[in-house]
Amino acid sequence: MPQVAVQAARVHREAAQRQAVDKRMTAEAAVRLIKDGDHVAIGGTLYSRTPMALVFALLRQGTGHLTLSRPLACYEVELFLSVGALDTIVTSWVGIGLPWGLAPIFRHYVERGEASYEEWSHLAMGLRYKAGAMGVPFLPSLTMLGSDLAAAVELQTVTCPYTGQKLAAMPALNPDVALIHAHRADMFGNVQVDGYPHMDADIARAARAVIVSAEQIVSSEHIAASPAKTLLPYFAVDAVVEAPHGAYPHECYGLYTADVAHFDAYVRAVKATGPQAGRRYVADNVTSRADFAEFVAAAGPARLAALAAEARELMPR
Amino acid sequence: MSAVTPDELMAITASRLLCDHKVVFAGVGMPLLASAVARHLHAPHLSIALEGGIIGTSPLPGRLPISTNEMRAAYGAQLLTDITDIFLYAQRGYFDYGFLGAAQVDQYGNINTSVIGSIERPRVRLPGSGGANDIISLCNEVLIVTQHEPRRFVDRVDFITSPGYLSGGSSRAGAGLRQGRLGAVVTDLALLDFEPASRRMRLRAVQAGVAVEQVCAQTGFELLVSDEVEELAPPSAQELAIYRLLRDGRAAAPAAGNAPARARR
Repeated sequence: MPQVAVQAARVHREAAQRQAVDKRMTAEAAVRLIKDGDHVAIGGTLYSRTPMALVFALLRQGTGHLTLSRPLACYEVELFLSVGALDTIVTSWVGIGLPWGLAPIFRHYVERGEASYEEWSHLAMGLRYKAGAMGVPFLPSLTMLGSDLAAAVELQTVTCPYTGQKLAAMPALNPDVALIHAHRADMFGNVQVDGYPHMDADIARAARAVIVSAEQIVSSEHIAASPAKTLLPYFAVDAVVEAPHGAYPHECYGLYTADVAHFDAYVRAVKATGPQAGRRYVADNVTSRADFAEFVAAAGPARLAALAAEARELMPR
Repeated sequence: MSAVTPDELMAITASRLLCDHKVVFAGVGMPLLASAVARHLHAPHLSIALEGGIIGTSPLPGRLPISTNEMRAAYGAQLLTDITDIFLYAQRGYFDYGFLGAAQVDQYGNINTSVIGSIERPRVRLPGSGGANDIISLCNEVLIVTQHEPRRFVDRVDFITSPGYLSGGSSRAGAGLRQGRLGAVVTDLALLDFEPASRRMRLRAVQAGVAVEQVCAQTGFELLVSDEVEELAPPSAQELAIYRLLRDGRAAAPAAGNAPARARR
């Protein structure tokens, strides 16, 4: 049965620091918050606003026995699997997208029983994070009832005390650490995003610790000029990392679209040699690079400019 | 105009089921394409919602999104919200249609997108539910679109990722799913629905030139057949032209009479 630790998360949150201090640090320093065996929730979804600079720093750090959760998981989980760092994936879907087919590394480990995939519905993931963020042990819902999906994760039901109706009881998910990528933040950790917010606010507020990477570090006056865009207040954030193109090769709304050519090359390699290609990808793009900026720069200015132009073209006008 | 492909046939057949002034919660791929075709033809006020937290998308021809969570999916949207919130619109009853594809579907409309084999030790681990379980559980009426092959139309799915009518009769409601019904299954051979008492899949109409026997032979379970099986009209030149324009971004043939829906705002 799913473990619910909302009370422990509350005790932890009450005791945590809430100072408005300069929280800027490198990605490498920030991910030291993450220990072997931790549950790390990765913000964004699929290939949108994934905190790739933080994900790469975590891969570089070599932390093991991780549980990773996400609304929809992309190839980043395959990288952790291929280097043997990932025990359990908690999500509703794993892949890149239909044109790229099934995820071979994910299949390799899960079909052999070497990693487990705890599958929930998309809304269930959202309500699990939301319950965690609300400080309640579960949220009632009408989804997932009657399915084998519910049976496989031992989802429990409750009876409504007012109507007698049967409801799914979505268990709170309180990750140890949340990784979030945002458009901008100030040095204290006031965080803003543009466009769709995915599940990031709930993921962050459910977690015990929150690491935010931002395309740009801005002044607190800049944040206060458009407070409705603020996703998280400084006291809900533990570390702030400046990471231009920090979601690349995934998209960041309004700034750059996803680099599908990068996905194509990855999938070609993985289809040919499986987990070996995942390890090769990590060696070439993560461990052999000085930092994330060097990985981004390797894409070349022309490609980055094209992705930025496409994002501008798709913005509302 | 070139020969009609199975994808074109399915998308166009499905698009005709979507009425004007309704809201459809669509997945990417064929469901989105079919919804966009409907908007450009008979249902200009159809609102398309996507899992990514997007309401009112109006994707650019030739630039259809691959994911429900990307900028192409948000193009022309009237509202962007978070993912959990968009599913709560479905739970509240705002979404008239839920629109899904299916790797494997059984006689009660249960869908499997999780595993081939057992969940503990799968032969093939598929990507998973995504929002499919939520869409089929929460939308007012669900449409399923998939190619008609015996390996897809199975007696019982290996695993119920997304619940249709479960084991038939009143079992869906008994599991707590009082809301939502399965409206239709659209394939390249036929249009099917579910018989109201047993909730078993039933042949309603065949695609133009397809025989009833052919549909039954391509179905891996005993299919109920309605008393009067209609024949569907083949895709019109206009439907094909709009479909191909949306898919490819260039006009395959002149599409007379209908301005793109976006221009009407």
